[in-house]
Amino acid sequence: MNLQTQTRPKVLSVLVIEDRIDAASAIQFKERMRDLTQTGDQRVVLDLARVQFLDSSGLGAIVAVKKLLGPDRVLELSGLTPTVERVFRLTRMDSIFTIHASLEAAVSHAAST
Amino acid sequence: MPQVPDPAPDHMTGERSFHLVIAADPTSVRSGLARLTAAAPVVDLNADHRATTELVLAEILNNVAEHAYPTGGGTVTLTLWLTAAGLSCLVVDCGQPMPGGNLPTGRLPSVDLPEGGFGWHLIRSLTQDLHYTRSDHQNRLSFLIPG
Repeated sequence: MNLQTQTRPKVLSVLVIEDRIDAASAIQFKERMRDLTQTGDQRVVLDLARVQFLDSSGLGAIVAVKKLLGPDRVLELSGLTPTVERVFRLTRMDSIFTIHASLEAAVSHAAST
Repeated sequence: MPQVPDPAPDHMTGERSFHLVIAADPTSVRSGLARLTAAAPVVDLNADHRATTELVLAEILNNVAEHAYPTGGGTVTLTLWLTAAGLSCLVVDCGQPMPGGNLPTGRLPSVDLPEGGFGWHLIRSLTQDLHYTRSDHQNRLSFLIPG
């Protein structure tokens, strides 16, 4: 599970450099995200622009990461591809995340708050 | 009882059908999906129909891996064929039966931040004519992924 992080004053961005988060990789994704977010207090933006496939296990792992971060640290999403966006919409999980069109939009949103 | 199609009627031969037998575990499901999306008839579907097919089959095959064979070691057989209505699919395994002999309702979880329970909701949202039968120690699930 290849995740690339970038730290800004208000935002820790995590770019997923994988084309899928599925049942075979969901646990590894969750553990890597837990390690990467253990320190710091910035909001976390998970950029899914390169992810072409997300199944229910991958979705569950993303929700689990949101829970791991706790109530005081925000997890936002960016760059959902059409197939990934549809999984969020069909399960109504699009209502529990702030979803940005791109990482740039998420960063500028954070800078303005 | 709903009729499930025979596994290999005449119209399923050639490029309009696909047959796959894999070990029921998440890694084998992933590689099996890569094979089936690269082969006829799925490779010739439009992008949206192909993506739906990959998602539905991922959910169903991973359910078999997790629930029909909770201790591992089983295989699952997938047969699909193209019809005028869409992609007809038959998934057969020799694992444990569905609890109560019925498919899950697919109702979305009611807790605030659910980490599971999405799979059957996705399957029911994206398929038609979903039929489950249990006979001869086999689970047989048939469904249509409309085009």
